[in-house]
Amino acid sequence: MGTVPAEGLLAASWLLIALPLAGAAVLLLGGRRTDRWGHLLGTATVVAAFVLAVACTVQLAGTDGRSADVELFTFISAGDLDVTAGLLYDPLSAVFALLITGVGSLIHVYSIGYMAHDPARRRFFAYLNLFVAAMLLLVLGNSYVALYVGWEGVGLASYLLIAFWYTRPAAATAAKKAFIMNRVGDVGLAIAIFIMFAQLGTTSYAGVHGTVGTLAGGTITAIGLLLLLGACGKSGQFPLQAWLPDAMEGPTPVSALIHAATMVTAGVYLIARSAPIYDLTPTARAVVLAVGALTLLVGAIAGCAYDDIKKVLAYSTVSQIGYMFLAVGLGPAGYVAGLAHLLAHGFFKAGLFLGAGSVMHAMDDSVDMRRFGGLWRKLPVTFATFGLGYLALIGFPFLSGYFTKDAIIEAALDRDDVWGWVLGGVAVLGAGLTAFYMTRLMLMTFFGRARWEDGLHPHESPTVMTAPMVVLAVGSVFSGALLVSVVPLSGWLEPVFGEPEEAAHVVAPALVGLVVTVVMLLGVLAAWLFVGRREVPVTAPVRVSPVTRAARNALYADAVNESLFMRPGQWLTRALVWFDNRGVDGAVNGLAAGLGGSSSRLGRAQTGFVRTYALGMLGGAVMVAGALLAVTAG
Amino acid sequence: MIEVPDLSFAALAPLLLVLGAACLGVLVEAFAPRDVRHPVQVAIALVGTGGALVATLLLAGTHEVTAGGALAVDGAALFLQATIAGLGALSILLFAERSLDPARSAFVVSAAVPAGSPRDRELVTTPRVQTEVYPLATFAIGGMMLFVAANDLLIMFVALEVLSLPLYLISGMARRRRLLSQEAAVKYFLLGAFASAFFLYGLALVYGATGSVRLSDIRAAGPDGGGDVLLVLGLALLVVGLLFKASVAPFHTWTPDVYQGAPTPVTAFMAACTKVAAFGAILRLLYVAFGTAEWTWRPLVYAVAIVSMVVGAVLGLTQTDLKRMLAYSSVAHAGFLLTGVLGLGGGGEGSGLAATMFYLLTYGLTTLGAFAVLTLVRDGDGEATHLSQWAGLGARSPLTAAVMTLFLLALAGIPLTAGFTGKFAVFRAAIEQGAWPLVVVALLASAVAAFFYLRVIVLMYFSEPVADGPTVGVPGVPTTVVLAVTATATLALGILPGAVLELAEQAAIFVG
Repeated sequence: MGTVPAEGLLAASWLLIALPLAGAAVLLLGGRRTDRWGHLLGTATVVAAFVLAVACTVQLAGTDGRSADVELFTFISAGDLDVTAGLLYDPLSAVFALLITGVGSLIHVYSIGYMAHDPARRRFFAYLNLFVAAMLLLVLGNSYVALYVGWEGVGLASYLLIAFWYTRPAAATAAKKAFIMNRVGDVGLAIAIFIMFAQLGTTSYAGVHGTVGTLAGGTITAIGLLLLLGACGKSGQFPLQAWLPDAMEGPTPVSALIHAATMVTAGVYLIARSAPIYDLTPTARAVVLAVGALTLLVGAIAGCAYDDIKKVLAYSTVSQIGYMFLAVGLGPAGYVAGLAHLLAHGFFKAGLFLGAGSVMHAMDDSVDMRRFGGLWRKLPVTFATFGLGYLALIGFPFLSGYFTKDAIIEAALDRDDVWGWVLGGVAVLGAGLTAFYMTRLMLMTFFGRARWEDGLHPHESPTVMTAPMVVLAVGSVFSGALLVSVVPLSGWLEPVFGEPEEAAHVVAPALVGLVVTVVMLLGVLAAWLFVGRREVPVTAPVRVSPVTRAARNALYADAVNESLFMRPGQWLTRALVWFDNRGVDGAVNGLAAGLGGSSSRLGRAQTGFVRTYALGMLGGAVMVAGALLAVTAG
Repeated sequence: MIEVPDLSFAALAPLLLVLGAACLGVLVEAFAPRDVRHPVQVAIALVGTGGALVATLLLAGTHEVTAGGALAVDGAALFLQATIAGLGALSILLFAERSLDPARSAFVVSAAVPAGSPRDRELVTTPRVQTEVYPLATFAIGGMMLFVAANDLLIMFVALEVLSLPLYLISGMARRRRLLSQEAAVKYFLLGAFASAFFLYGLALVYGATGSVRLSDIRAAGPDGGGDVLLVLGLALLVVGLLFKASVAPFHTWTPDVYQGAPTPVTAFMAACTKVAAFGAILRLLYVAFGTAEWTWRPLVYAVAIVSMVVGAVLGLTQTDLKRMLAYSSVAHAGFLLTGVLGLGGGGEGSGLAATMFYLLTYGLTTLGAFAVLTLVRDGDGEATHLSQWAGLGARSPLTAAVMTLFLLALAGIPLTAGFTGKFAVFRAAIEQGAWPLVVVALLASAVAAFFYLRVIVLMYFSEPVADGPTVGVPGVPTTVVLAVTATATLALGILPGAVLELAEQAAIFVG
């Protein structure tokens, strides 16, 4: 069953992108006139897109082959390259479209409250709309070029939103860091697309996936690794993870939508979408696994040491996306598990960030958990929703994280080789660490003695903010069970990844669940022993073990980046600047000086005297006549 | 007994309309009361030129020789006449602007009063306007339209004088900086007379060699590939006369001085229309009369084109006055136009004629617009044309700066403007005829010239405004119309040039 041309609502699925884009255009071009109602318009376009996405998905479910192709127009036509802009609405893109518009709607609503007093609220909603449009293009495009356009679009929106409070130096620097580190990844993606075009003459998913088998093994591996580089940049995976925690300088709804639920999962989408490529290259797939496993641990370890609530959540995101990479790196067995975890993560991490935003709202924008404490009394709704998100994230039995994380661990163990055990072990260890740092966060924020700054009177956020949190909390609780057993995601995604095969389990799933739960409880216990039992000092202790120090420095990722990339980059820049100043500019300036000099010298002939001019004309006439005569005679 | 030649009044309608309007203008000047003269004169001039434009468009497709063989009404003549009539009408609108100068007109009330005398100082501020410029300019337009249709060297000479004499006069009519203006007029007159003498002498020599002044007869009598010294010398002198009018280096020396001294609307008129007329005559002379002897003059035109491009571009670099800068730009553009002239085979094959005509249209529109912007930026002493006075204009008057930027980009030949399309057309035509070394030089010269256009843009947008800088006047309806038309056309011909290019290609035929 192949892809069929879209009919009915599906043919209008381009509206999904057009609606938020139009919203962004109106808000950006409309200027101050739209200040009063702009945020409502921005929210309305995303909600409308969500409704449309639901309707499209319902229609898709009833379509043969569950894959619809929407041809739009010829995007690039140059020589042999013919890129048709078109959309592909299939189960995979439908899942993402629902996640983006669904969570996007909730976060737009939340932002109405969160940004109510910001003078630049209109700009915020415009950028947010722009992001939604670009992200939808990324997942709905039917070719790697369309994906790339969306990819750069979300990069831009992310940059603009991280630097939303651009008067803060930290925000401006963080935005620059995010943009530049993403660029490293984007170069990989771009080169992968170039190779596809050069070798296959096409960049559409159908074309590339249909013919990629004709390429040499090395080329396929190269494409796979370059795509992975792009995915690592966008998803904050090792070694390009350092930008993501810094990106928390942006407003919290941005952290929730872009840097937790959607954009950073684009890398997972890219690898899942490119499954036919990775199926042919075990080498690249193994690298995906390694990246996932390593990032999972790095993120979890760093998450244990930070005192900034948003940074802890950010490292948690890095670590959880590591799980997803690990899953999709496992091949057919892991795709569905990885995507299920991605969706569940979209719910609980967005909910956690919104909760963190609610806490910050109450604490005068402070993010230092050492100055929180005892907030559960003051912020009951936030505490309840945040608590459910927390339980879902650490994989408390029968909440969403429990199902989806276990599925990944099972898939890893099912490899039935040494690496399966190593990866499974890493994943279980990660679960324990996750439980530790999240419990630490809960204890420091909501329990214990109040360590607030003087004069603070925490208060619960308005309904417009708590309502989306409640919805997301409900999602965090049930989405896992829903996706794994009630409406199995594996069945829905079957047209994309093929029939789910019944794996021969190496370890009984029940046993895996039990072990993971025990490890998780150990993590919680450890956190209680280290944090909950004692008084939390208001300033971070200085005399700490080397392990803690390394974790506080995010395992020296910035230092590594600096010495490996930034310093050599700076030297190279300096050398180039020197060459530019001495060599290139010298030549250019010399030429300019020469021209200017001859201009002044020639200009002296322009004396202003008619007699000089007449003489010049006479001379010209003599030369003309002479030349003609010479030509004639010769 | 002189026989009355056959006259096709239909084919002559554009000329008759313009020259008739000019004669009517003289009568109005003599008999109409002073207070109604201005609107009446403007109306007559506009009706004459506008009517001529319509008439040329209606005549499209005509292909005949009339007036006893003295006039050729063919595609090329009609296209160029339409261009001149259209640009002329726009120039008349610039002349008629009355809200910019506090004294309500760019023209002096009485040009004969000695500059600097008490009477002259008194006249600077009087609100009286002078209306002789309209019939004079209309005569010049008529002369130009005759020039491009002349199929006879004598008619060509008469047309040359009909277009030149009024220009000499109105160059000296600036209301402000009278001395500079009068000096410009005298220089233009003296050098113009000198050039006319060359042309006339050349005419006599050619007549001596061939026994005819008719272009087709010269072609028939002329040698294939040269040999006749008298004829070749005649051609040389004729070409010198025409190159002077087209301000091609080394016959360009008058251009900066006259462009700077003349009232800016007149400069705009000269830069746009005279160029069209001169190149129309050059094309007709070279291809109709001397087409069979193309290898005689081709190397010469080649060399002159290079000299003109280089001199215009290099000298433009050090100019500090915008009008002088645009004058050197005009010299450089004359060189680019000559590359288009070379894009034509001796038998009239190739796209050079269409390309050159299209270039003339785009250059005329753009340069007219640029000079129109110059009339807006003023200080207490009239127009502020010194480069330094334009610093920071983008911040204080964004629209004016944006429009000027558009024209400057078009003059530099940046894509999506008419200037690029025109340059592309002439360069392609030249390459098709094998003149690629010339095109290389032209591209280098374009790059050099781009510097001084872009410098103005940089000044306008990236410099701090000067403390007591000039003010930007609010133009009245006429100048607004001119700016709107020229800016729209500059953009439109850059983005969608297809229709007009096709028109030029269909019109690219010489009769004779």
